[in-house]
Amino acid sequence: MKIVDLPADDLQVVNIGLESFAQDLRDQGVVVVQLDWRPPAGGNARMAALLASLEDDDDDEAS
Amino acid sequence: MSIKQANQEAIRRIEEGNAMWIDLRLACDVVPGMEDHTVLHAGPPVGWENMCGPMRGAVIGACMFEGWASTPEEAIALAASGKLRFDSSHHHRAIGPMSGIITPSMQVNVVRNERFGLDTFSTLYMGTGKVLRHGAYDETVMAKLRWMNHELAPLLKAALQHAGGIDIMALVAQAVQMGDEMHNRNKASNPLLITQLAPHLVAVGERAQVIEALKFIDNAGHFILNMVMAGCKSILDAASGIADSTIVTAIARNGYETGIRVSGTGDRWFTAPAPQIKGVFFPGYGPDDANPDMGDSAITETLGLGSLAMAGAPAVVQYVGGTPEFAIETTMNMFEITVAESKTLKMPNLNFRGTPLGIDIRKVVKTGITPVINTGISCKRAGVGQIGAGLTAVPIACFEKALEAFATARAV
Amino acid sequence: MPLKTQVMVSFYQDSVILMRVAAQLRTLPDVREVAMFMGTPANHALLEQVGLATDTGRQAGPNDLIITVDANDDGVAADAIAAAKTQLLETRKAREESSEFRPRSLESALQAMPGASLVSLSIPGPYVKDEALSALRHNRHLFIFSDNVPVEDEVQIKREAQRRGLLCMGPDQGTAYLGGKGLGFANVVKRGRVGCVAASGTGLQAVVSRLDALGEGVSHAIGVGGRDLSEAVGGLMALQALDALAADRETQAIVLISKPPHPSVLARVIDKMATIAKPIVVCCIGAAPGAAAANRLVWVETLDQAADAVVALLAGRTWQAARFSDGKQLAAQWARLDKPEAFAGRQILGLYTGGTLAYETGHLLQQALGADHPHRILDLGDDEYTIGRPHPMIDPRVRTEMIVKAGGDAAVGVMLLDLVLGLGANENPAESLVSAVHEARRIAADNGGRIAFLASILGTAGDPQGLESQTAQLHEAGIHLFATNADAARCAAMLVKPQLQAAWMNRECP
Repeated sequence: MKIVDLPADDLQVVNIGLESFAQDLRDQGVVVVQLDWRPPAGGNARMAALLASLEDDDDDEAS
Repeated sequence: MSIKQANQEAIRRIEEGNAMWIDLRLACDVVPGMEDHTVLHAGPPVGWENMCGPMRGAVIGACMFEGWASTPEEAIALAASGKLRFDSSHHHRAIGPMSGIITPSMQVNVVRNERFGLDTFSTLYMGTGKVLRHGAYDETVMAKLRWMNHELAPLLKAALQHAGGIDIMALVAQAVQMGDEMHNRNKASNPLLITQLAPHLVAVGERAQVIEALKFIDNAGHFILNMVMAGCKSILDAASGIADSTIVTAIARNGYETGIRVSGTGDRWFTAPAPQIKGVFFPGYGPDDANPDMGDSAITETLGLGSLAMAGAPAVVQYVGGTPEFAIETTMNMFEITVAESKTLKMPNLNFRGTPLGIDIRKVVKTGITPVINTGISCKRAGVGQIGAGLTAVPIACFEKALEAFATARAV
Repeated sequence: MPLKTQVMVSFYQDSVILMRVAAQLRTLPDVREVAMFMGTPANHALLEQVGLATDTGRQAGPNDLIITVDANDDGVAADAIAAAKTQLLETRKAREESSEFRPRSLESALQAMPGASLVSLSIPGPYVKDEALSALRHNRHLFIFSDNVPVEDEVQIKREAQRRGLLCMGPDQGTAYLGGKGLGFANVVKRGRVGCVAASGTGLQAVVSRLDALGEGVSHAIGVGGRDLSEAVGGLMALQALDALAADRETQAIVLISKPPHPSVLARVIDKMATIAKPIVVCCIGAAPGAAAANRLVWVETLDQAADAVVALLAGRTWQAARFSDGKQLAAQWARLDKPEAFAGRQILGLYTGGTLAYETGHLLQQALGADHPHRILDLGDDEYTIGRPHPMIDPRVRTEMIVKAGGDAAVGVMLLDLVLGLGANENPAESLVSAVHEARRIAADNGGRIAFLASILGTAGDPQGLESQTAQLHEAGIHLFATNADAARCAAMLVKPQLQAAWMNRECP
């Protein structure tokens, strides 16, 4: 189990969902990118599950 | 290998590739598998019974050019009889816009990806209006076809030899910074080609010949397209067949179906019914006259040109419809479905950001954003020609099928 | 009149925007009901449940918007639908024109902002797992406001977070603070040296707000989600959070805030705490320390006591529980009550927007009045009250309706209320509360009855609503204000059971 490295002062957030949260963060001086989110694969659960199984991992070493 | 690593390898190969236009040759001499009575066509495999009007028209014209038939009726009978061997150009290292018909006696451009020793082939671009690729086959078309193959081709061949080849992708990189997207807008690249060719044409040709050739190339407007398409294919083919890669290596349409190929699944096609094109029509024509999406020219989009590079070519909206803001938005959307940005094709007005490179089928399915294609609209009746231009997209079903096949293959 | 439906294909909007537009349309004359939902399986079931499902609506997929109107005639319904579409398209257009870049995928968002440290999720529960795992794969921390996340998903996400040394704050977490910034519903508080681990939203808000008032600040407040301390999840994130705060240089004392954890989980948490050298206050509202409790831990019963105890510990003082949080203020309020004996034997109705505040009250009343008392303490943030309606901290409508209704309920003698300020909350919650109280009081008076309105305000001097003005509004409305929720609850208990007042106040207050 790795000890969590708590984020330092400069919090930067990707907000996925309620837009009001992005605004509240910006009001505190936090840099926020608001995602234009919608259900993956147009809501097709089977495709979404397939996609999840094929996702990249940042920990994959580059060749 | 992880998918991420496989995709990085695909991008690496694409970036390393180049495309030199080196020769003009007879198709039967260089195109693999170009046997007698072979008719290669654009898009995924399709039989005569399902071919759309313009493609049938082009087949008719080709049969007459080959001497396999002396009238359209004979050509139709021949095609329907099963005596012709139809196949996708893509299966033979060949490529063509619209109906993309290639037959043994046609002269073809030879474009070489030197780094990977990969040659690809395309016919000479005939121009706009009533042309073979739109299914026209009247006497003016046939005469032009003969002139191009018997007069123009030898002259170009000699010029190319004199030049030692012309670097097509270097030209493309310049043109992209001059507002071209290389699929529907070649207003800079075509003249650049002429600039490069002209001294060599003059060196090898008779004055009158050369003038005729230069005028033809200029009037054609998109003469360079067929070399660019072959160049894109030679670069992408080199990145095909990398197991675990989800990068699209071809997008092609035959007017009946649209198909894609993915590096990790090699030569397999994933197809769906060809969509209609939304756009602007020449006077006198409308959506009811339109043929569904057709042609191998979406190979440009596959390599990050065409609509993917639209942000750098805002003037193209005058041709396909829309606004400059829409052009930028289109490219921004395409960044969402690609894995990299081109190191050589840059868009000045996006701060010289590279064009979106490497369409990833996972990203397409996840976001629902499908590659947009800028394209001409053919009349669905053979023989009329182009009736407009516009925008369409590759059906999501192609990518969903590809994703399933990829996942299955990977699980094995 | 049959229901009228229109489906907007491939038109995704978040639930808060949809509910806001729907609420506006409901005010149109002759419009009885408006439902605006994405066509997800959960929403389809919901529409069936409330009788607003239609054949047209049933065609909609998860990415399609269903607009269904129940109106007195077809023309009115059609107009309402047209108005809805116009509003939504205008919202979308305004956003597009604002030239703010909105990526469509996490990958492109992270490309645009490679320094992103956290991904905040407030999307429908069934979609949380894939997005959360994606964020973790990109080595980013998570704040998950969403509820209705299946417990298996929560466990899978937290195990992955644990493996990578990342935070998963949630699911179903309303509040958190990282590096001085508030996430979700957050009061504006000082940065400081107290670290919090909270399986609670308003509970955390209450503690940090009181700390702020007492001059202490927050280093980080790690929300772990309401279900983290259950047997199924086993305190995965709470243990992770405790380690993080133990290692964090800014944090000099730690507070744990939750409802009573599963005993096995509590034991594990206590074991973990035994390894931490910093002073720790444990507030599990009602959970008893048990024999194996480490001696260094300070156990408190209520949220305000958690703040008081940590302040004392940091000052090197011993903390002792008092009967009341602020005996003086309570005595003053008691004195303002007109004939308090009239409330003996009456019913208490608690209408809470903050879940943990409701829980705290429930616990205190049980303690004071026995397990089978007749009083009702409602958490209006609970699922049953928020179907198709925003959380009461955002939209006070449901509570104001219930307050007015209670005015006509002869059994109700005492109403307990909370007023939660801070980021994310309603911009003037006092206003609607006050008008509802006036109305309820009038109705009660008409029936010859009386209701005592007791409240506490959860807020700080820095909150955007203006603590002073909110306080003044409640005062002017004759609402009895207490320093803490616990005191308000105690006062309510004393009103309905005078023996308590005799026992508690005569010992405590001058």
